[in-house]
Amino acid sequence: MKCEDMLALLNEYVDGEIDPAICAEFEKHMAGCNPCQVVVDNIRQTITLYKNGQPYALPAQFQDRLHSALRQRWRTTHSNPAS
Amino acid sequence: MTDAVLVQHAQAGGLAAFEELVTRYERRVYSLAYRMLANAHDAEDVTQQTFISAVEHLPEFRGEASFYTWLMRIASHAGLKIIRKRQGLPTESLEIPHPEFIATWKESPARLAQQHETGQLIETALGELDEKHRLVFLLRDVEGLSVKETAEATGLTEANVKVRLLRARLQLREKLTEAFGDPATRIWPHAHA
Repeated sequence: MKCEDMLALLNEYVDGEIDPAICAEFEKHMAGCNPCQVVVDNIRQTITLYKNGQPYALPAQFQDRLHSALRQRWRTTHSNPAS
Repeated sequence: MTDAVLVQHAQAGGLAAFEELVTRYERRVYSLAYRMLANAHDAEDVTQQTFISAVEHLPEFRGEASFYTWLMRIASHAGLKIIRKRQGLPTESLEIPHPEFIATWKESPARLAQQHETGQLIETALGELDEKHRLVFLLRDVEGLSVKETAEATGLTEANVKVRLLRARLQLREKLTEAFGDPATRIWPHAHA
């Protein structure tokens, strides 16, 4: 398996969705190719960094407006059920 | 209380249950919108549109996907509408970028996450992605949607989702490794027979 082939299969390998036979070839390639091993590690670290990030807080005034608008819409929707 | 139970109560007319669902997910919806659009005003619009749509379409929600996935789908569609109204989607290259800067990272993601500069760096790298690549990465890798759910949320085929995801991952890897990689461990890609 060449490095080019590895790139094409990278998603499946990182996501654990790769065919077991191809997985074995992939890992055999990595055992003899340090750059490819490091790239795979980097990808995993990249995903982890983003996945574990905290979501943004809503600006306080917007949060109040949002909930107020939703309550209003809820009352309208529930007092005028669609026919 | 699980989402499924809250949805049931909300569908039966319980506003408090619906508000609890909003409180649970408003930050995630806002974050997705903000990262998609890089603009607080647009992010607020998308967030509000998403939850208003949820109010209006709640009776139709059948629970085939999770309530959270459903919200993500609505938010993605709303965000994509705004993106389309902007200058028009640029032509995206679907070439797979080859890794150039390959090095082990100086620290683990957990330690990097504790450092003040990391947040700004990762948001900047994300902002440099093409919008559709960014959205696919956000939905799949950050929000944990499946490839199928991501395809439905974005209107792409599953094959296109996979290609865009690969490009996004490789581009982000490149940028982050330039920032966090130890230059002393830099390796050069070599040709194989």
